[in-house]
Amino acid sequence: MAATTIDDIRAAIAERKTTATALAADYYARIKKEDPEIGAFLTLCEDRALAQAARVDALAADGNPLPALAGVPIAIKDVMVTNGVRTTAGSKILDNFIPPYDCTAVARLEAAGAVILGKLNCDEFAMGSSTENSAYHVVHNPRDKSRVPGGSSGGSAAAVAADMAVATLGSDTGGSIRQPASFCGVVGLKPTYGRVSRYGLIAFASSLDHIGPFANTVKDAALMLRTIAGRDPMDSTSAEVPVPDYVAELEKPIRGSGEKLKVGVAKEYFGPGLDPEVRSVVEAAIQRLAELGCEVVPVSLPHTEYAVPTYYIVATAEASSNLARFDGVRYGFRAKANTLSEMYRQTRDCGFGMEVKRRIMLGTYALSAGYYDAYYLKAQKVRTLLTRDFDEAFKKVDVIAAPTCPTPAFRLGEKIDDPLAMYLADIYTVTANLAGIPGISIPCGENHEKLPIGLQLFARHFDEATLLRVAHAYERAR
Amino acid sequence: MKVADKDVSYVADLANLDLTVDERARMLRDLNSILEYIERLSELDTVNVAPMAEVSDRYGVDESRQGRDRFAYAIRDDVKDGLRKSLPHEVAIKNAPDTDGTFFEVPKVIER
Repeated sequence: MAATTIDDIRAAIAERKTTATALAADYYARIKKEDPEIGAFLTLCEDRALAQAARVDALAADGNPLPALAGVPIAIKDVMVTNGVRTTAGSKILDNFIPPYDCTAVARLEAAGAVILGKLNCDEFAMGSSTENSAYHVVHNPRDKSRVPGGSSGGSAAAVAADMAVATLGSDTGGSIRQPASFCGVVGLKPTYGRVSRYGLIAFASSLDHIGPFANTVKDAALMLRTIAGRDPMDSTSAEVPVPDYVAELEKPIRGSGEKLKVGVAKEYFGPGLDPEVRSVVEAAIQRLAELGCEVVPVSLPHTEYAVPTYYIVATAEASSNLARFDGVRYGFRAKANTLSEMYRQTRDCGFGMEVKRRIMLGTYALSAGYYDAYYLKAQKVRTLLTRDFDEAFKKVDVIAAPTCPTPAFRLGEKIDDPLAMYLADIYTVTANLAGIPGISIPCGENHEKLPIGLQLFARHFDEATLLRVAHAYERAR
Repeated sequence: MKVADKDVSYVADLANLDLTVDERARMLRDLNSILEYIERLSELDTVNVAPMAEVSDRYGVDESRQGRDRFAYAIRDDVKDGLRKSLPHEVAIKNAPDTDGTFFEVPKVIER
């Protein structure tokens, strides 16, 4: 069976054309055949998947109505904890960690009938833009195996692109869902900060971390978001904001009887450094939105050039604090040592990779006495300016369109020795994390080497409905 | 150069990292290059700009209230309504590298 959308799978199971169990077996067979050349998975959880598939099949056999994600093979970035299933965050320091509870987003997917196949490779603690910082192995981009899949959720993007899962979850702290979605030619959605509970997400930078879906279509991404969104008492930053039926919202016309929907275009996202082919493909996509009845309006986001430096202070400062918990006492790896202080240091020295140590060092420096005002406080103030840019722009427009990344997927090894060049791969995505607004990347074309290019859309806080509606209309018209 | 060798040692110490000789040299180079890039933030006048710690304090805070009531949205329901059940003891220590069955064990801190 070649069903690759969520509705197809649910219908096929409901009509008894296949079973969740057979489907899970198909996906595991494909993973075992294809994944040695891709490297998307770190851990498979076949027992858990087959038990869930059997539950779905029992429901179907009794003719019961099936939940929204019944039997859908889904995989999870390895930064979300899974009860009884090894969770590493791509790090050797958690090589043997078996969490005692489930991440809320994972639990909600399973409650909706999803079959969790396994855990997906990523940059260590989600720190990176190419998945080359995984302590386990690199991930090859299914569209061109000599290239990176993007990062940090590289395994999540590659698994969908190679049809080793129908949808996946990733996390996005500075672009880690949207950038790999763009590089692998799939849909990737970062919701509003507070829309999806972070409970059970291994923290990198708590004020910037988001959980969101990867899928083949905007509608599947909407189905995934509808399932995982909403207030969770276990995350005090998850918002008490009603969750609309995103799937129903998709069908609303983008040109209603009233005013035209306004799409903003900011020149700051089309400046030097943008690959000419990416520029022309994204401009053509914006032209298509105009043909669909949107009004294209120039907007200004003047502080955009300050987003990456702001991000690398805020994110590393929060990371240095969050990663202090990895000390070899309560879980994970412990180095042998004679004193407690040596034990902490050697555990962290051996357990963390170079990029993680680099960010802990930068963040600790930015928070240290004498530098706090110059770096951390300064960055928090610029964060206010960046957020005001979006507030002003969204007084004039409903969505903003931009490239997701300045270039298509780069080659494995190309940027690994130049941290600053790697950080600049996030130049168009970090802004949405700092402001907390929702963003999506959808495929909009290819360059001359057949490498996918992503169109990025932003919307107002908690207005994923409009974001998804415009993305869906574009996807259908492409 | 914003960062010198001694700063790398000082910060590594704060972060509970030792770092090898090679790692220190690399850290010195990388931190200086990143901090040089970050320096551009000083171009911006932020004297009258309030810092933003996170997103939820923009929409959750009730400005009409004082003190902790302003942040009522952030108080966890399970704290408000009484504590929820903790993990069972044996589950909580299951991932620990070393325990005596009751406590986490670490190398001796105080010599007698």
